[in-house]
Amino acid sequence: MRKSRKIAGVGMLLLCGLCGVSGQTVSAKEEPVVLRVCSWEEYIDLGEWDKEEAIELDNGTVILGEKPLYEDFEDWYQETYGKTVRVEYSCFGTNEDLYNQLNMGDSYDLVCPSEYMIMKLIAEDRLIPYSDHFFDVQDANNYYIRNVSPYIQNTLESNEIQGKAWSTYAAGYMWGITGVLYNPSLVTQEEASTWEIFGNPKFNRQITLKDNVRDSYFAALGILKKDELTDEAFIQSPDYSERLADVMNDVRPETIAQAQELLNQLMDNVYSLETDSGKADMITGKIVANYQWSGDAVYAMDEADEDDFELRFAVPKESTNLWFDGWVMLKNGIREDAERQHAAEAFVNFLSRTDNAVRNMYYIGYTSSIAGNAQDDTVYEYLKWCYGADDEEEVMAYPVGYFFSGENSDARYILQSSASQMGRQLYSQYPPQDVMDRTAIMRYFDADANKAINQMWINVRCFDIEDVPMGVWMALLAALLVIVSVGFRKSRRR
Amino acid sequence: MNKNFQRSHLCIPYGLFLVCFVLAPLVVIIYYAFTNGEGKPTLENLTGFFSSPNTIGTLAYSLGIAVSTTCACLLLAYPIAYILARSKMKHKSVVLMVFVMPMWINFTLRITALKEILTVIEGNLAYHPFLNTLIGMTYDFLPFMILPIYTTLLKLDNSLLEAAADLGADTLETFMKVTFPLSVPGIISGIVMVFLPSMTNYVVLDMLYNSTYIMGSLIGAYFSAYDWHNGSMIALILLVIILLFTLFTNRYADEDAGSSRGGVLGS
Repeated sequence: MRKSRKIAGVGMLLLCGLCGVSGQTVSAKEEPVVLRVCSWEEYIDLGEWDKEEAIELDNGTVILGEKPLYEDFEDWYQETYGKTVRVEYSCFGTNEDLYNQLNMGDSYDLVCPSEYMIMKLIAEDRLIPYSDHFFDVQDANNYYIRNVSPYIQNTLESNEIQGKAWSTYAAGYMWGITGVLYNPSLVTQEEASTWEIFGNPKFNRQITLKDNVRDSYFAALGILKKDELTDEAFIQSPDYSERLADVMNDVRPETIAQAQELLNQLMDNVYSLETDSGKADMITGKIVANYQWSGDAVYAMDEADEDDFELRFAVPKESTNLWFDGWVMLKNGIREDAERQHAAEAFVNFLSRTDNAVRNMYYIGYTSSIAGNAQDDTVYEYLKWCYGADDEEEVMAYPVGYFFSGENSDARYILQSSASQMGRQLYSQYPPQDVMDRTAIMRYFDADANKAINQMWINVRCFDIEDVPMGVWMALLAALLVIVSVGFRKSRRR
Repeated sequence: MNKNFQRSHLCIPYGLFLVCFVLAPLVVIIYYAFTNGEGKPTLENLTGFFSSPNTIGTLAYSLGIAVSTTCACLLLAYPIAYILARSKMKHKSVVLMVFVMPMWINFTLRITALKEILTVIEGNLAYHPFLNTLIGMTYDFLPFMILPIYTTLLKLDNSLLEAAADLGADTLETFMKVTFPLSVPGIISGIVMVFLPSMTNYVVLDMLYNSTYIMGSLIGAYFSAYDWHNGSMIALILLVIILLFTLFTNRYADEDAGSSRGGVLGS
């Protein structure tokens, strides 16, 4: 997850503390397995829904979150395996914070970082691979492998680092893409559908970029390489995906230098850099467009809808960043403890049960990696519950088969939705196939490249001494002269 | 009970506190500041800071914000403190409270409110990032300047002013030669309380959409880029600047007001 709702995060931390206390009540007879889970703030359903909030799906499933999911997991584990497990749930703020925490000696069993941090952890040999049993579809309790979207699983399997496939170490949790959230009364869809909008003088000081180096660098690459990226021959080439990924992961020194120059120019055009405030500023109309992650875009559109104010989401034509967060097991937490590893895998499986995936999606607003299967269509039913068309609206056929069955033309997964959902919530949550075709994963860069882009970003953010206007130097000189002369006169008088 | 117990043993907890929370962190900072990624001693972090136009620029920008905030606070606070301390108003403590009251409200809340007000006035905050930061910082730190000046002015002996008047000084001369010099210690502690935090308080910049780094945010940026060495070096440089500044103001306060008044650290 990319957002950080800080105030809510504090509440979450309090809750995390409480859950540690309430966990003490388990029977003292047997020593319970303690599972230490660390995830993003606001990234799991905490329950306490009102009764009226219950989601009644057409397939008869009723979904209602009463207790936090990790507490439900403790009950479920007791019922299913007859063993007691206690979950210590805590939170981190950014991938870098998590990494620093791990380096300072915090030990967790199961954490949920983003794809590039997973790559870094795999490369540093800090993770334990999932057991063979975890991938056994015959076991009815193996919800993850039975329910995971073929699209996500395929992505995890086809990406590797040092010859190790990501799917061996990581189970997908939430995913999304990046794009531009915009106000359609002031910005056209065409203007918003390119990374160049951040340099567009028409929106001078009315548009925000993300306050982190990876997202901003991605946008800069989109602008720098736009000719190549939008070239028909490039798009039609058979190895388009691989070539696209290479272009969007270009960290050669000369590219970084160009990006720095470009970002410096963009800084003079944008309103500000933000992580969290952009959503509110879009809704209140302070800005007309902002760089946004798909999940937060959904949140902002929902909020704006309540004020009868329309916001839309566009995906730049050059390329968009596919990101996801996944559960990984840490070596220095599990420590070859088979019971603990079993509990960790069961935790991932429990979260992957379709009703729990829906609870999380409803609560968090991001898109789950869980799709369900031919026998269990709860996730798809939830999608229909959210976006199915009313009778009086103009209807469009919206295929999401790529996500649910791996085949986009699959007749079972063509959603009849309101035509107004194009460029709106449904479009952001489950982007259409043509958008997914131009996604690129931003990899983890090696130490040198990482250092270079971080330094590039610091250079962009810092004030350049050479930008001090001549007048200020003159004024400073004059002030200095006055101070020196006053001091001199004073000391002479004494 | 141990017969050898001495009163000085009561210092042990404080000593431990000093070692754990002051000395040990300092040693760690110094260690990181003078080593590189491989743990080898190096001066590169130091020379790097002073040879890059960007890091030097950040230092200049932070100083610029700190100096202008301090000046603005001083210009606003002195008249208020003077009027309040000198007036024969019945309820002046109430008026003083009104000025100091914002301090009791969480500052992020205040800055958020200020942001909305500034947006109404300016329309678009992005055109004047420096000015907005200056206004925000001044708003935030003004009470810290008013209080010490007010206290010194209140303690001012009225007979000195009467003596000055008896000797033929007019109001302006009395102010310039008596009141102002005697209020310098208050001004100095006000300056210290405003100048130092405004160099690093990057939350105000963040909230008012000023995306330029100052010293505080630069340290954070290095740490989240896993570069503890450069981050520690900048923290150390900041520490040295603060130390020099405090020494300088202490000396100045001593010279001007006589040692009996004490310096900043003493007051």
